[in-house]
Amino acid sequence: MTTHYLVLSALLFAIGGIGVLVRRNAIVVFMCVELMLNACNLAFVAFARQHGNLQGQIIAFFVMVVAAAEVVVGLAIIVTIFRTRRSASVDDANLLKY
Amino acid sequence: MSTLAAVAVDPPKIEYAELSPMLLVFGAAIAGVLVEAFTPRYLRKSIQVPITIVSLIGAFVLTVWLGLRGTRDAAAMGSVAVDGPALFIWGAILLLAVVSVLLINDDDQFVAQAAAVPGSADEDRAISEGGAHTEIYPLVLFAVGGMLLFPAANDLLIMFVALEVMSLPLYLLCGLARRRRLLSQEAAMKYFLLGAFSSAFFLYGTALLYGFAGSVDLAAIAKSLGSVAGQDSLLFMGAATLAVGVLFKIGAAPFQAWKPDVYQGAPTPITALMASGTLIAAFGALLRVFWVALGNLDTEWIPVLWAVAILTMVVGAVLAITQTDIKRMLAYSSIAHTGFLLTAVVATGNAGQNAGALSGILFYLLAYGFATVGAFAVVTMVRDAGGEAGHLSRWAGLGKRSPVLAGIFTLFLLAFAGIPLTSGFFGKYAVFSAAVAGGATALVIVGVVTSAMAAFFYVRVIVLMFFSDPAPEGPTIAMPSMGTAAVVTLSAAATVVLGVFPQPVLDLAHSAAQSLFVR
Repeated sequence: MTTHYLVLSALLFAIGGIGVLVRRNAIVVFMCVELMLNACNLAFVAFARQHGNLQGQIIAFFVMVVAAAEVVVGLAIIVTIFRTRRSASVDDANLLKY
Repeated sequence: MSTLAAVAVDPPKIEYAELSPMLLVFGAAIAGVLVEAFTPRYLRKSIQVPITIVSLIGAFVLTVWLGLRGTRDAAAMGSVAVDGPALFIWGAILLLAVVSVLLINDDDQFVAQAAAVPGSADEDRAISEGGAHTEIYPLVLFAVGGMLLFPAANDLLIMFVALEVMSLPLYLLCGLARRRRLLSQEAAMKYFLLGAFSSAFFLYGTALLYGFAGSVDLAAIAKSLGSVAGQDSLLFMGAATLAVGVLFKIGAAPFQAWKPDVYQGAPTPITALMASGTLIAAFGALLRVFWVALGNLDTEWIPVLWAVAILTMVVGAVLAITQTDIKRMLAYSSIAHTGFLLTAVVATGNAGQNAGALSGILFYLLAYGFATVGAFAVVTMVRDAGGEAGHLSRWAGLGKRSPVLAGIFTLFLLAFAGIPLTSGFFGKYAVFSAAVAGGATALVIVGVVTSAMAAFFYVRVIVLMFFSDPAPEGPTIAMPSMGTAAVVTLSAAATVVLGVFPQPVLDLAHSAAQSLFVR
C-alpha cells in the first residue's frame, strides 16, 4: 500500500527535479523546488503510516515551516533581481562564469 | 489515536548548559532583530556590533568551559551531540566568525539599501544618507547559529533544519554587496536556487532513510543497517540522495559549480565567513552522516567518495590555473582543499584510525579557515576606482607598492600550498598521513600531484606580485581600518604559529577526536 504513495512521491520529486533543470523562469524553478519538498512530505507521511510512529508526520510540519521561510528569502532575492534586470530568467543572469 | 491522549506525556529533558553556546548566539540574533525594530537608525550600528562580537566571544568561552568540563554527550533527547569533535568545531567556527565579523564591521562593503535598483536615484539618495544595512549583523548571527547546530545535529531532521538556518541568511548576505551589485545579486540567486535544489535532495534522502529505519536518529539508522531485510533499495537511494545534499554544501565535484560564482559575487567579508565557517560546519555534518549513520555501509560509500575526492582535487586544481579573478581563484583553491580533506574522510578503519583521521581533518579545517579569512581580508584592501581590484593583472607589482601586504598575502598563499613553517603543511601532513594509514595511498598520490599543480598557481600570484612591474594606473592599497588590520594580523599570526609550533593545537584536535562521535 505504501508503495503507491512512494511511487507518487517519486514522480512528483522527478517532475520537480526536471522542472528545475529545464525551466527558465526563476519563479517557476523555485516552484519546482517547492514541489520536490512536498514530494518529500508525502514520502514522510506514507512512511509514518507504515512504521506506525508519528515522527514522519511531525517532520512534515517542520518541512512546511522551512519551505515557508525559503519562500520569504527566495522571493526577496528573485524580486530584487527582477527589479534590476526587468527579467526573472535564469539565463539572463550570466555575468559570473568560467 | 484516542489511546495517545490517555498516555501521560513526559516532558523532554533539555540540557540547557550544554547547548548554551548555540542558545547565546541565537538569543543575540533575536535581540539584534529587536534592535532593528526599536532603535533609531543612527544608533543601530553602535548597538549591533557589540552585541554580535560579545555574543560570539561569550559563546566561545562557553564552548571552552564545556570542553574543560569534559562534556561528551547527546543533549536534548539525543538530537544534538555535544561531543569532542562538535566542541572543537564550535570553537573553530566561533573564532573564525569573530574574525569575519571584524571584517564585516570594517567598512562600506555592504549596500546602503538593498531594495534600491542599482544606478537609480533611490540608490544615490541611500548612499548619500550614509550607512548600510545593519540587518547584516543579526543575519550573520543566525547563520553562525546554524553553523553551530549543523555539525552537532544527531538526527537528520535537526540536520536539515540547521542546514536551512545556516543557508537562508547566507543567501541574503550574498546579495548585499555595495559595488558590482549585479554580480552580487546574481550570486545570491544562483546560490539560492542551487542550494534549495540540493536541500530538497537532502530531504528526500532523509525521507527514504526514515522509511528504511523507521527513525531519523543517526544512531537508529546505524543500528538498523545491521538488519537490512529487503529494503536495501530504500537504503541505497536514501544514502545517495542524502550524500548529494551534503556534498553540495562542502562544494565537492560534481556539485562544485556554485562555489566560484558565489565566492566571487558575494561581498568579500561574507565570502570569508562562508569559506571558513560554512566549510567547517558542512564537514562536521558530512562526517556525522557517513561515519555515524552510514558507518556500517562503508564498503559501499568508500568507492563513491574516492571518485568524488579525486574529481574534486583535479577539478579544483586544474580550473584554478585558468582563473584571472583573485576571488574566483581562491574559490577553486577552496574546492581543491575540499578534495584534500575528503581523502581523510574515506580513510576509515578501527577506532584508532578513525580518531587519527578525524583529528587531522579538524586541524586542517582550523588552519585552512584562518588562512582563507586572512587572504580574503587582504583582497578587501587592494582597491580600484570601482571597488576591489579583482582581476589578477591588477595585482602585478603589488610587492613593490606595498611589500608588507604582499608579503602577508604570500604567507597565506604558501599556507594554502602547504609549504613547511606554515599551518598548511601540518594540516596536509596530518590528513595525508591518516589517509595512507587508512589504505588510501593511491588517493594520497593524486592529492600530492594536485597539490603540486595547486602550488603552481599560488606561486604564479607570488611571482606576479613581486617580479612584475606595477601597472601605471595600478590599484590603491586602502589604509586598513582597525578591524581589517586586526583580522590580517590575527590570521597571519595563527598561520605562522600553527606552522611553527602546532603541537598544542594538534594535541587539542587529537584529544577532541579521541572519543569520536557520540552515538
